[in-house]
Amino acid sequence: MAGRLIELPPPRGPLSEQLFEALEGPPHTRLACPGLIEPGDPLADDDLQLALYVAYELHYSSIAGVDEGWEWSPSLLSFRGALERPFEEALAELVQPAEATELESVGAALQAIVAEDPGPPLSRYMETQGTKEQMLEHVVHRSAYQLKEADPHSWAIPRLGAAPKAALLEVQFDEYGGGNAERMHSALFAKTMARLGLDPTYGRYLDRWPGITLATVNLITNFGLHRRRRGALVGHLAGFEMTSSIPNRRYGNALRRLGYGREVTHFYDEHVEADAVHENIAAWDLAGGLAAEEPEVAADILFGARALLQVEAHWARHLMGAWERGETSLRSPLVPVAA
Amino acid sequence: MPPDQLSPATITPYPDGPYLVRGDFAVTDQEGNQLPVERRTIALCRCGKSRMRPFCDGTHKLIGFKAPSGQEPWPGA
Repeated sequence: MAGRLIELPPPRGPLSEQLFEALEGPPHTRLACPGLIEPGDPLADDDLQLALYVAYELHYSSIAGVDEGWEWSPSLLSFRGALERPFEEALAELVQPAEATELESVGAALQAIVAEDPGPPLSRYMETQGTKEQMLEHVVHRSAYQLKEADPHSWAIPRLGAAPKAALLEVQFDEYGGGNAERMHSALFAKTMARLGLDPTYGRYLDRWPGITLATVNLITNFGLHRRRRGALVGHLAGFEMTSSIPNRRYGNALRRLGYGREVTHFYDEHVEADAVHENIAAWDLAGGLAAEEPEVAADILFGARALLQVEAHWARHLMGAWERGETSLRSPLVPVAA
Repeated sequence: MPPDQLSPATITPYPDGPYLVRGDFAVTDQEGNQLPVERRTIALCRCGKSRMRPFCDGTHKLIGFKAPSGQEPWPGA
């Protein structure tokens, strides 16, 4: 597979318009900082989340017609900082602060946090009632992260002490297919997409992802790019692994109910088994290990897990709300609506 | 600390969760036939309710399974 290359989608408002226009020029172009950004709901704001997503994407992928020197351009970083501020403030408002008793055992606190998942029962709905069209939409939303699954969490590797680093690598080695490119989880997801008749090209559906879907990825990237958020990044991974095996069994069941075979469900079946292993390592050896080495980031570990659950809940409400209204949950439907 | 693949096998019960098995191991049925294992570290069901026994599928979280990582004290001790 060739290196990643995405195309700039059409802008969705003044922020993405200003950014994309600048990106078409050389990196030294002065990119004026936007003024005060006050969207109603920063997590779901199409313009804000798209501009932030593309600013972050410079670290993951080439962008057609964009000089790769933009990645570390001071004007880009300062513009990106202005986009991050309202996003981070919205997260801080949404997430309850950790209690002192929780910090005594981060592993146990994580177990309690995921047991109170604030989201609607999306995976249960898909398992029992979801239509083929809804399943395809779900896969298209998820491709925003799954085609680079594990990559942003790898940014934590050089930032951790030996014990939590070893735990992280025990998880990541498995995520990356145990050294086998074909078994890499992102490759399994691409195979599922192709068998469903979807295009597994990285970034292919960028224009269809609504702001809240972009926010699910921007959240991890935000934690991953800032070393000061290493606690949150680890908490995000722990929360992700701890809320994976049961929903993924349900998504696999949904696909089986819709008539698909093992070649399509493999990605989901693999995650039932893999994440039943990973969640324990992530909660106790990785998150617990980091909290033991650096108690000052323990509260941020829990923040990362709670932020994940809140953003995922927001995203799931978006999907189920759109479907209840009989609408597509993407920005444009995958298949033409029958007249 | 988890051993590498050439180290002897270790079995670690995780709090309220499965047994994680690492190191040099094989899982067999009672006739000695090996069960397929495709990863270095595996999780064996400890709560008894997994739908893919002997492997863990995360069901312990749904049934509120509780058990410590270390040995449980004798009743009444």
